[in-house]
Parts: sequence; C-alpha cells; structure tokens
Amino acid sequence: MNEFVNLKATELRLGLPGTDNVFEERQRVSCNKRAIQGDSENETESSTLKIEMSPPRKAQIVGWPPVRSLRKNIIQTKKNESDSEGGRGHYVKVSMDGAPYLRKIDLSCYKGYSELLKALEIMFSFSVGEYFEREGYRGSEFVPTYEDKDGDWMLIGDVPWEMFVSTCKRVRIMKGSEAKGLGCCV
Amino acid sequence: MDLRLPSKVLEHIFSFVDSNEDRNSVSLVCKSWYETERRTRKKIFVRNCYAVTPEAVARRFPEMRSLTLKGKPHFADYNLVPDGWGGYAWPWIEALAEKSPSLEELRLKRMVVTDECLEKIAASFKEFKALVLTSCEGFSTDGLAAIAVACSNLRELELRECIVEDLGGDWLSYFPETLTSLVSLDFSCLDSAVKLSDLERLVSRSPNLKSLKLNRAVSLEALGSLLRLAPQLVELGTGSFSDKLDQEAVSKLSQAFSELKQLKSLSGLWDVHPEYIPLLYSVCPRLTSLNLSYATVQMPDLVELLSRCSNLQKLWVMDLIEDKGLEAVASSCKELRELRVFPSGAEDLDETNVAMTEQGLVSVSEVCPNLESVLYFCVQFTNEALVTIARNRPNLKCFRLCVMEPFSPDHKTQKPLDEGFKAIVEGCKDLQRLSVSGLLTDKAFQYIGTHGKKIRMLSIAFAGESDLMLHHLLSGCESLNKLEIRDCPFGDTALLENAAKLETMRSLWMSSCFVSFGACKLLSQKMPKLNVEVIDEHPPETRPDSSPVERIYIYRTLAGPRLDMPEFVWTIHKNLEIGVSNLAIE
Repeated sequence: MNEFVNLKATELRLGLPGTDNVFEERQRVSCNKRAIQGDSENETESSTLKIEMSPPRKAQIVGWPPVRSLRKNIIQTKKNESDSEGGRGHYVKVSMDGAPYLRKIDLSCYKGYSELLKALEIMFSFSVGEYFEREGYRGSEFVPTYEDKDGDWMLIGDVPWEMFVSTCKRVRIMKGSEAKGLGCCV
Repeated sequence: MDLRLPSKVLEHIFSFVDSNEDRNSVSLVCKSWYETERRTRKKIFVRNCYAVTPEAVARRFPEMRSLTLKGKPHFADYNLVPDGWGGYAWPWIEALAEKSPSLEELRLKRMVVTDECLEKIAASFKEFKALVLTSCEGFSTDGLAAIAVACSNLRELELRECIVEDLGGDWLSYFPETLTSLVSLDFSCLDSAVKLSDLERLVSRSPNLKSLKLNRAVSLEALGSLLRLAPQLVELGTGSFSDKLDQEAVSKLSQAFSELKQLKSLSGLWDVHPEYIPLLYSVCPRLTSLNLSYATVQMPDLVELLSRCSNLQKLWVMDLIEDKGLEAVASSCKELRELRVFPSGAEDLDETNVAMTEQGLVSVSEVCPNLESVLYFCVQFTNEALVTIARNRPNLKCFRLCVMEPFSPDHKTQKPLDEGFKAIVEGCKDLQRLSVSGLLTDKAFQYIGTHGKKIRMLSIAFAGESDLMLHHLLSGCESLNKLEIRDCPFGDTALLENAAKLETMRSLWMSSCFVSFGACKLLSQKMPKLNVEVIDEHPPETRPDSSPVERIYIYRTLAGPRLDMPEFVWTIHKNLEIGVSNLAIE
C-alpha cells in the first residue's frame, strides 16, 4: 500500500496548471489500493459492485465542503463586492480545459449570450457549436458551462441572460469526454 | 398488600423529572408508571417526524405543551436531499390543532413549513407562546405576519437560517400594540428591511426582551437607537456593521454598547468594518458566546477583539483567523468550550487561506482545558496533530474535522489519517459525535468500531475501501444512533449482515455508495419496522437489482410507510408485488 503512495511523491510529471491532475492522481491511488485489497482478501465476494467511480472534479462535488448555502452566499457576496470595486464590473474567472492559465471577463460588458460566446471563442481560439434547447451544444467538442450560486455546474444558455449574470460565479469551457455528460452531442 | 403508590403521588414525584431521557426510562418501568408519566409529560421531542404519527403522539401525551420536531436528514443542509423529499409540518399542525389545542411551543428543524401552517398555528392555539424554526423553508413573510397579529401571548419568534420567501418587511408591523410579552426575536435570515420605527416601538414595549437578532438590513445607526431601548439584552445579533457614521454617532453607539451590562452572546456582525470593531470592546469581557462566522475580519483585528474576551466559552469564526490568531485565542480565552472554524473561500478552493492548518487547532487544544466541541475546516492535517489533540483533550465530546480536499493524506508523511483518528477515538472516551475526513482506509473504521463506544453520531465522506468499513461501524459502535455516509465504496453485504443494528438507530443515510437496489429490497423485506427509502431521480424499479442506487435513507418507524412520498422516493410499499408473502404488513 505504501509503495504506491511513495511512487506518487517521487514521480516526475508534466502537468498543466489549471487542470486537476493532482486530484485525479490521488483518486487513482486509492482506487489502486482498493484493487489490491480485492485480490488478496477472499472477502465476502458477492455483491461488491465493480462500478467505475469516476473521480469528481473538486469544484464540482455537490454539497462539498459541507457548508450551508447561506454561508456560501455571504462570502460570495463579499467577494463580488470587492471584485467589482473600482468600476461597476462583474468579473468572473474563465477557465478552459487544457489552457495553461485562466482569464477574467466582465459579464456586464455583454448584452447577451451570443456576444459572450463570441468573446470567449476569440479569447481561447475555439468554437462552441450551435445551441439547442433540448440537446445543448452540437458541432463542437467544447461546451461552455458556468458555476452558479449553489455551486452547481450549469450549461450556458439555458436561463434568461439577466438570471445568468446574477447567478454566474465562474465559467469553464469543458472539452472532450467530460463535456459529454453536460449536453454535448457531437 | 397493595404496594403501588397512588397515581397522584406518582404524578407529584414525576413532576420533578425534567429530562426526557429520564422520563423515557420512567415510562418503561411498568404499565402504571407509563400511564402516569404520559399524562404528565409536557415537553415532547420527536426527532424524526416520520418515526411516529402525530395522532399517536397527541393521544399518548394529552398534556403536551411543547413539541420539538425534526424532519429532513442532516445532509439536507448540504443540498444532498432533493426538493420535495418530505418533512412536511402540515400533518402535525393539523392534528395538533384538533387534539392538542393547548399547545404553547413548537420547535421545528429541517421541515417544510407553509404559510398555511403558520396561519393554522395562529388560528388554533390560543395560548401559543413560542415558535422556533431552524433550517426550515416553504413559508413567506406573510405567514410571519399571521403569527405576529394573532398570538397575543407570544414570547419567542425565532427564524434560524431559514429560507423564507421575502415579500417585504411589513410583517413586523403586524405585532399589535398590546403585545408586551416578547422575550426573544430572531429574524436574522430575512433580507428585507423592516420599518425601523415599528421595530423600535416593539422593543420599547417589551421589557422582558432578552434576545434580539436583527437581519443584515438593519443599519449600524439603527442599531444604536435599538440598543438604547433594550439595555437588558442578554443576546444580540447585530445587522450590517459598516455604515459611514459621523463622530457623534460613533460615540453614541459606543455608549449604547457599554450600557449592555447583561450581554453574554453576540452575533451578526455582517460586513464588519475594522474601524468599528473597537465599538465592541466594552462588551467583550462579559461575553460567553461570540459568532464571527459572517464577519470577514482579518487576523490582526480578530486577535485584538478576542484578546479582550477572557470569559468566552463558544467561538464561531472563519479561517481568516489563521493559525496565529488561534494561538492568540488560546492564550486569551481559556474558558473556551466550543470552537467552530468555517472556510472563507468555500467556493474557490484554490483561494482558501493557506495560513490555516492543523497547528491552530493543536494550539487551542493545548491550552484550553474545557474544550469539548470542535468543528474545523482546513486544507491539511497530520496524524501527529490528531494524536496531540487527543492527548491534550481526552474530554472531547464532539470532534468534526473537515479536511476540504477529499482523500487528503497526512501532508507530512503522505500516509492515511487512520492512526490519527485512532488516537482520537481511543483517547476521547466520551466522544459522542465524530466527523472524519482525509485519506482513510478500512483500518480507521476498525479503530472507530473498536473504541468509539459512546459515539452517537458519525459522519463520513470519501473514505474507506470496502464493505468492512461499514461492518466495523455497525457491529462495533454500540451507541450509534445516526450514521451518515457519502461517496464511500461499499454497501450491500455489510448492510444486510447488520440489519438488526439499524433498528437500534434513529437513521442511516448513504449516498453515492455502492448499495444495490436488490439489497434495498431484501433489507425492506427483512426489517418491516424500518422504512428503507431509495431516493433516486431515476426510478430504481426499472433497473436491474444489481444496479446501485443514488441515495438511501433508512430509519426506524412505528408509523409504517409514509403517504407523502414524491416519485423519486421508492419504498417497498410502492411495489407490493415484490415478495408480498414475505412481508409482515399489518
């Protein structure tokens, strides 16, 4: 069991900042340990299900850390106030999977989704496909998402623009297989 | 010779028995004691509203004056229970209105309370005195107006962290001029501003007012005039603490604070501007309870403030206090019993304050001899720290540690935190409540099962390796009453092997684990006195038996299947064609 942990510590890895390699590595470590356990112990085999527990991104875990929403909102309001000090801007961070650093945009500069998505496409040199109410975005492996006041990750474009601006805390452009779950039908 | 005491004598003796635990024991002695006790019990606690029917409670306790009810499971606080699950107050209020019209006090926690409920309370209970709603939702300020206008003997109206549909601040103005009995008012969770003049008049005609908790909309200036009207306050929750005040207003406010000679508890303090913290200095030496968990105050100012609070017993604060601040707290607040440190960067884990580590808690544990209750959010921890804390404070009763990144090992040795938690459960023999976090193997739970004999409530997330973990807990923790687990890799075997244990517990919650639908069905069939609820947005009956379910909530009940389940809650009673012959349905 320990060997795996130490290997992790000394391993040289190339990892881009802004991706959750570290977290996923740890998850894999504990998954490995579980696999070993399963082999060596002839436990009550019966019903331990072999379900792949896909490692949750730390920012996306529902109800974690276990703090009430009332507490989260107070802190966020404070942050938004200090964020928008000096200019009535509503700045949110924008991350894109695979990009080395994040950007910040001022949501109050845009009048609607098409303007916002255009700006994001230019900023990160990608294209976002077409939005359909039922299926989400089609035609691209990139899916624009945002984190709302409750800490949930939502698809950009579902709610009225004003509601989006008031509840959006940060933006993430998901790419590839992770995007599949959130309304990307390529 | 008849050796039985006449019931009048028994009644008189029982009137001295206050605690419900004792009264429960009394009622088990024999039939006549049961009968006498039940006719005299006034304060009733129902800690799971689905464990028993309101009619049964009203029937058993005809002299009921005060009822405390709890609804949703604890993890509902963290959005793990979907909306519409249940916990409705209405059936209780409807039944009590008919059967217990002399009810005076209602305390509800995690329940759905509608305006209809509040109107019914106002209309039905002539002697109604106290309404305390904690983490409730479903009502609006209109419902509050109904209570305010009708309950002429109202003493307590407290809304603690409720989600209220805020239609404005008018509700407060409905308190009649004839209402002078108010002892406690808490509207801190409401958004809208109430009319200040009405609030002032209410306060000035309430000579018994001991506890006043304002909402954020009450300005600093308004606070001054309110304090002058109520210098007898024992508990104060301020509103926003950051107006722009002129020199005269500041000195007036300072004066008002220094007049609060009875003040023991202080909270609120939203948006505290560092400039105004000195206003609090005069009350600090008397404070036993201080809630700074909404105050975004930085460490140096916190230290200044807390260094004056030598009698503090309860401190809630954000991790802005940092290790250094906690060291200072340790040296100034030697009477500390309860410490809660909340995360300030809850949304942005990469912005979490890194100057808050295990060291802060270790310092406090070293110096504060009465420390018995801890809730601590931080970014990292070590086995060594846990061992030290356990050694310093064997008197811990409640230990809730939340290392915020799941699966975090000891950050110095990279080992799991098994040994650290072993020290905690071995050393703290009176531990009643435990929340674990960080990287934990089955071993940790073996230790908890072996040593945690007094643990009543246990919370676990992202831990363990196999079914053994659950098995250790259910077979080892003798006093276990509430167990809540999320995102752990086990389920069926341990659950089924320890099914009998579940009847000795109030409830078990498991979400995002590996419990299969088949196991839930089997368990339901085996244990008719349990409600086994499968809470799953996708109907489990359409899936194979081996498929895992999203959440299960299992609780013992005398009330049988509940009739208010939404479509996403399944119990065996919904599918009676499954093994009906095996079920003992009455």
